[in-house]
Amino acid sequence: MASQPTAATPPRDSVNHGLRFVVAWLVLSVIATPLVVIFVGPILPPGSMTTQAHEQIYDNTWLAAVSTPVLCLVVVFLVYAFVYFRAPKGGALVDGPPLREHAGIQVVWIVITSLTVLMLAAFGTYQLLQNGSGGGQGPSPVAVPAGASHNLAVQVIGQQWEWTFRYPSFGGVETHELVLPQHTSVTLHVTSLDVVHSFWAYQLGVKADANPGTDNVAYVQTRGPGTFQIRCAELCGLFHGYMFSTGRVVSATQFQSWAKTQEAIYKTIAKYVPPYAKTYICPAAGTSPTCSPQPTLRGG
Amino acid sequence: MTAVTAPLRPPIWRRLVGFNLLTGIVLGIGGWYVGWFGAHAVVGPSLDYFGDVDYNELSVFMAYIGGVVGFLIGLGFLNYPARRLLGYPPSLREKETGGWARYFGLCTDHKVVGIQYLWGIGLFFFIGGLNAMLIRFELLRPTHQVFSGGTYLTLVGMHGTMMMGMMSSGILGPFANYLVPIMIGARRMAFPRVEALTFWLLMAAGAILTTTIFFGGFPTGWTGYEPLNVQAAAGMDCYILFFALAGISMTLLGLNMIATIVTMRAPGLTWMRLPIFVWGVLSTASLMVLAAPVLIAVLSMSALDRAAQTTFFSASGGGSNYLYENLFWVFGHPEVYILALPGFAIVLELLPVFARKPLWGYRLAVAGLLGVTLLSWMVWQHHLFVSGINGDLRPFYMLSTELISIPTGFTFICGLMTLWRGQIRFTVPMLFCLAWFFNFLLGGLSGVFLSDVPSDVTTHGSFFSMAHFHYTIMGGLVFTFFAAIYYWVPKMTGWQLNETLGKIHFWTMFVFFNSTFAPLFAIGFLNQPRRVNVYAHTLQFLNDWVSVSAFCLGTSMLIFLFNLVWSLAFVKKPAVANPWASRSIEFQLPSPVPVHNFDRIPVFSSDPYGYGEGPVPQWVPAGAPAGRD
Repeated sequence: MASQPTAATPPRDSVNHGLRFVVAWLVLSVIATPLVVIFVGPILPPGSMTTQAHEQIYDNTWLAAVSTPVLCLVVVFLVYAFVYFRAPKGGALVDGPPLREHAGIQVVWIVITSLTVLMLAAFGTYQLLQNGSGGGQGPSPVAVPAGASHNLAVQVIGQQWEWTFRYPSFGGVETHELVLPQHTSVTLHVTSLDVVHSFWAYQLGVKADANPGTDNVAYVQTRGPGTFQIRCAELCGLFHGYMFSTGRVVSATQFQSWAKTQEAIYKTIAKYVPPYAKTYICPAAGTSPTCSPQPTLRGG
Repeated sequence: MTAVTAPLRPPIWRRLVGFNLLTGIVLGIGGWYVGWFGAHAVVGPSLDYFGDVDYNELSVFMAYIGGVVGFLIGLGFLNYPARRLLGYPPSLREKETGGWARYFGLCTDHKVVGIQYLWGIGLFFFIGGLNAMLIRFELLRPTHQVFSGGTYLTLVGMHGTMMMGMMSSGILGPFANYLVPIMIGARRMAFPRVEALTFWLLMAAGAILTTTIFFGGFPTGWTGYEPLNVQAAAGMDCYILFFALAGISMTLLGLNMIATIVTMRAPGLTWMRLPIFVWGVLSTASLMVLAAPVLIAVLSMSALDRAAQTTFFSASGGGSNYLYENLFWVFGHPEVYILALPGFAIVLELLPVFARKPLWGYRLAVAGLLGVTLLSWMVWQHHLFVSGINGDLRPFYMLSTELISIPTGFTFICGLMTLWRGQIRFTVPMLFCLAWFFNFLLGGLSGVFLSDVPSDVTTHGSFFSMAHFHYTIMGGLVFTFFAAIYYWVPKMTGWQLNETLGKIHFWTMFVFFNSTFAPLFAIGFLNQPRRVNVYAHTLQFLNDWVSVSAFCLGTSMLIFLFNLVWSLAFVKKPAVANPWASRSIEFQLPSPVPVHNFDRIPVFSSDPYGYGEGPVPQWVPAGAPAGRD
């Protein structure tokens, strides 16, 4: 057994460590937080192509701003402790002062962390309920933007391993490219034909899981024109990595002419495609006329 | 106090052909074939048969169940009940076997089981790590490079499943089994045979998962989402069996820990004198007992979907994939804290020793551990924020997820304040504990982004969430796992580990861990989903950086492995009883700890954190009454 250190408490330091630490932390936080907001905020994803995406940037910037003082707190504390509370090299083993607890510090800590957490939750809830933040909300959405019943509806169908899009207001036309008009409110109905996929339109700030037999609704309000990336964000089998595509936000007139062209092309093949439906997998095979019996997912 | 009983050493032939690992493997393989052909005989020749491209799932399940039963019989798990049924008196003879043979069979000495766990889990940890190296090798190029899509997904799935399933017992297996009885002043666990069973079940499970490569692997990753699960080839059955067996092992391990801690504490060891590590084990164990059965249930339904054509999870048969997702994450989120909580406990246990101060705010630290345990049941749907289920519940799950940072904050303030005005010694275990603060902080702060629904819409399912949970699990659990190894292995084996190599291991691991996982936050923010083998060309530089860092991280693990083998097998420098001048009771015993731990059951008069409060109290007062056992 190693020799037990003497219990001699080291003489009380002449400096007020607590005050020095708090000042160092506050100074660093006051400097770092605006820098994060100014320089890191704008490069946070996912862009400003839609209202939802723009608000996600705002959200991400807020969270980064709240995180910065917390990061500073722990890092400054650790560095301060390493510098000032390091045991001298080669010296005899000395015990520190037996400080067991301090009610004031505990109360302050609990109050501050609780307030921060409640504030973040309230902020996130407010942001979410405004317009759904582009997330999939299931068949009966709660965070519905105003006037959503007049939205352009677009169905997103995931299957192994590609995305298909249908426009019910244009005769259920089916395309392989997602084209949206600018400055328009869009309702995306996401569903799947086989396994779970996740529709991730990055620049639109949209992510919604595609579930077989479920109509997962997400809202998005487009802004300026541009192109966006679509990827599958839920592991869906062998070619999950290849399940990507691109889309465009175009002007209203371009969209109308594009849709009319697609509709004309589609007319010739419409009879081979199942009629437009909210989902394409029925609970019991053959009970619904719009729902053809699915082949069994697995042979044998 | 010293070991008084010289262990019994049976003759060498008895050690080779008795009930041990060798007979276990032989009977295991035999049982596998009995199950395989038995199931074929039952379902008849009209279904798939041996050698077909796709296998008859029933045969796969029955083969592995037969194999596990044979393995356990070969190890001798039926000897005791058989002897009791035949009227022989009960005995704990397994415990009395001496020598190296103890480590290759059923042994009811909790210290032997702890060391078995350490090597067994270490083996699978390295297999899982090797999978990660291969994944990063494939991701050196943005397009398909070496592995086929199926092989790549199998690597991803094996890495995730191996790490989650094995490292769930990563601290409780080796360290709690070894230390909890000593720390609470007991001579054994409450259920010594169950303790041995948990270890051997986990090893059988690991072997089963490894054999998935002979059945075509599995494409689902560690989450096993339906209906991809039911679509997959027979390798999926190995996943189901692995996780179900690991779940059984976890449930039993947790039950054993709770029973031991609640009933077998020595006189004077009140709840508020319990080492904080034991509190961490208790909270983790309660999560294990309640969460793992949900996993076993959901995987049983998966197995039925695959083998018996039920449709719990297939929309076309009236089922729902949401059922799977909910049940899986009801297990899956407590599982995350099964991984994280032992890390909290080890940090709080080790800081007082190396800061030479009492643990600051003991009651707050306990409240933190229990608060995380409780809240971890109420957050699981944050994994399903964009899945389209219960849109109106999302604010609640956002709140509950963010609330969990309050008890986590208790751990931080208690740990940090323990350092305050201490006499910090930067030993290797201490360095790993200090790294925990930084890693887990980044993991926690990125978790705030994921818990916030608007932010989660972008980050969910991307490399951002992957970086987040590697910061919490690797930065939180694996770093403390190594802290525990450097701190307790000299006590467990009686030999020192090389300190210079330990420091090299720490610094390379810390630097390359951050260099590997910090850029993944950016990669996720820049639109790269998880589990892809094809990504945007613009992200190649970042991905290559990550891959090279990951290879360096792997090299760092090899340094550790070299240190372990070099120090324990070749140098064999004896460790002193108390190398860290710790006040904890296990360091008041000789190294390695004698077979029966204590000659007399100790009587406790304080917690083990009284640094600066005088000499270590007398644990074993003269004339103390002999305890239980």
